[in-house]
Amino acid sequence: MIRVQREDFDPGAEIAALTRGRADIGGVVSFTGIVRDLAGDRKIGAMTLEHYPGMTEKQLAEIDAEANRRWPLAASLVVHRYGKLLPGDRIVLVVTASPHRDAAFDACRFLIDWLKTRAPFWKLEETEAGADWVKAQADDNAAAARWEKPASKRPRAAE
Amino acid sequence: MKVLYFAWLRTRVGHAEDAIDLPKNVTDVRGLIEVLRAKGPNYATALKDLNTVRVAVNHDYVKLDHSLKPTDEVALFPPVTGG
Repeated sequence: MIRVQREDFDPGAEIAALTRGRADIGGVVSFTGIVRDLAGDRKIGAMTLEHYPGMTEKQLAEIDAEANRRWPLAASLVVHRYGKLLPGDRIVLVVTASPHRDAAFDACRFLIDWLKTRAPFWKLEETEAGADWVKAQADDNAAAARWEKPASKRPRAAE
Repeated sequence: MKVLYFAWLRTRVGHAEDAIDLPKNVTDVRGLIEVLRAKGPNYATALKDLNTVRVAVNHDYVKLDHSLKPTDEVALFPPVTGG
């Protein structure tokens, strides 16, 4: 399941709603992304997230579907905000649930790594020196690239 | 054909959207970008370095040799920075 919204979200409430009444779920993993107040050595006053309505939902749904193909998930959720955000505000939530923890941990990491390089969002940072579009990070590409191999070929810890 | 711009591509072009009548001899994304570059220095600057430009057609990522139809929605934007 995916959602793109301007409003804030409550990670606890989202996890509770996703797992309510589900006795098949053995573990839940979540990632919450939060706006930092520093970009390098520049102080950030605010951040505006632009996105491409329509394509954003399509790409997030495809990434979510891919996670569900690769791992035996009982439930998954991606919530991504857009619009103006302040330091300390939540930006993104990824929740994965599965009968065993390995799938939930791996799928959560996969979802945040892939959405960072595929979902059409762009951050505009406002600092005292003016507004700047954030540049794509080589680190993010490297983090996404490690998931290029099919999941079946990756070493899996015993459950 | 609808062409959309996002993030710094939008600010450099100066607007968010164009309606383009594709010339008959233009059949792919690379050709469309040449047509756009010829529209003015703002376009030429925004589309100067294609290493920093990503292309989507009808909400899917495509490469420069992707064939275009008049009903396509094309979007040009920088590498994404969400999450």
